[in-house]
Amino acid sequence: MRMKRVAAVAAVAALALGLTACGDDDGGEGTGAGSKSFTAGSTMEKLNKAQKIKVGTKFDQPGFGQKGLSGKPEGFDVEIAKIIVKELGIPEDKIEYVETPSKVREDVIVNGTVDFVAATYTINDKRKERIAFAGPYYEAGQNILVKKDDTTITGPDSFKDGTKKVCSVTGSTPAETIKTYVKDVGTQLVLFDTYDKCRDALKGGQVDAVTTDNVILLGYIAKDEASFKLAGTNFTKEPYGIGVKKEDADFRSFINDALDKAVGDGSWKKAWDDTAGKFGAELGSAPTINRY
Amino acid sequence: MNVLIDKFDVFAGGFWLTLQICILAAIGALILGAVVAVLRISPVPPLRGLGTSYVNVFRNMPLTVVMFFAAFGLPALGSNADFLRIPVIDSLFARLGTDLPYFRFALIALVLYTAAFVCEALRSGVNAVPAGQAEAARSLGLTFGQNLRHVVLPQSWQASVVPLGSVIIAMIKNSALAGFFGVVGDLSAAADQLTGAEGYAFIPVAIGISIGYLIMTVPLGALLDRIEKRQAVAR
Repeated sequence: MRMKRVAAVAAVAALALGLTACGDDDGGEGTGAGSKSFTAGSTMEKLNKAQKIKVGTKFDQPGFGQKGLSGKPEGFDVEIAKIIVKELGIPEDKIEYVETPSKVREDVIVNGTVDFVAATYTINDKRKERIAFAGPYYEAGQNILVKKDDTTITGPDSFKDGTKKVCSVTGSTPAETIKTYVKDVGTQLVLFDTYDKCRDALKGGQVDAVTTDNVILLGYIAKDEASFKLAGTNFTKEPYGIGVKKEDADFRSFINDALDKAVGDGSWKKAWDDTAGKFGAELGSAPTINRY
Repeated sequence: MNVLIDKFDVFAGGFWLTLQICILAAIGALILGAVVAVLRISPVPPLRGLGTSYVNVFRNMPLTVVMFFAAFGLPALGSNADFLRIPVIDSLFARLGTDLPYFRFALIALVLYTAAFVCEALRSGVNAVPAGQAEAARSLGLTFGQNLRHVVLPQSWQASVVPLGSVIIAMIKNSALAGFFGVVGDLSAAADQLTGAEGYAFIPVAIGISIGYLIMTVPLGALLDRIEKRQAVAR
């Protein structure tokens, strides 16, 4: 596995070092490095020519994008990003990862700070007003984390009577969703910037539950099975997509093709098994790519 | 810019909550700061030392760290700051009485931190009173307490008002940190919500919350200027 990757990188590098590209000519003045050729003037060509790319991802989400001591983020989002970058003919070590917490994701895309965002990014219409999504490449669902011995919370409806307190993260979809269930936001909802703080508040008893996408919660259970469990089943559908500039339809359809291809050749499943799949989360069948 | 109109209720709610925090924290900080100031000018060395150490600790610690201690240290010690659930007041300020302790944690942090600056502002006022005044009072046989009450403090107030006002303005701005330590719906947390989950552009939202803070701080600053002018006339 490691050897294969090294070989691949070496091959790409060798090609980049001046071996002539011989991609299939698709009518345009296609040029490119690393045996890839793209339509002239497209984002793909620009990135391929530059041989470097900036990717926005999370640095604090176990299994999806978490930056550990290695200094590079690791997780399913990161692997998906690598698959896309490979299709662009850019070597893996030329990816520059930028931390994109939930609240800045649209801004960094619109401002061009990053070339695309893969960061547990739920596709929704409000966000589609400012940016565009390729994918989805995974469908998560919102769930609730409670203490192991808690039997009083069975689902989101348990918050309707106004006594149970719940924690989530500022600026996230789950936080907005749970607001529709709680009786009084001011006395029942706590928001922090990271889920780690929510988990600590649950452990300390300041809140009764933490809510967010199931895969993130499963990451916490995997680390501490003695203290936590999920309450009930997923009550929303959270399709994760890749965020790109709204007007860049070519790049979007290119990413969609790359995702389709990855599902077909098994690299999508492998990416999952190496990362979030270790927490025992179900991958399910591949979500249908939504081309709009 | 239409986020300011569409989401006016979010901004207004954030403004109201920030105002509540600031009013309570200002009251707490002024009381605690006055106590510490009395300690620092008292004739008893151990009490002086206590006051001095308090100021040194809280004036030199970043507020973020104080907030961390309050929001995550107190729970670790098993406290939910329930002693702040003061009867009557907790019904006026609904957030004080809830089971969610984060509003109270933020309050504790702001009060502890700001009190150190309040103490120094008060002390600078005391230092502005000519030493002869206190000495004359002593020679009349007034005790330390009487001396403070009748001679020194009434005169020091004048010189303290402006620096105290600056401290309170700084505290209002510092309250923005509360939104990142579990308080939901104050101005800074509202900005987070609007730019994050709702996906509004950052700049209009930032302008909106800035206006919210300015509504609180600018009139206070204007008031201080007027007081200062009046004092100049009085002298």
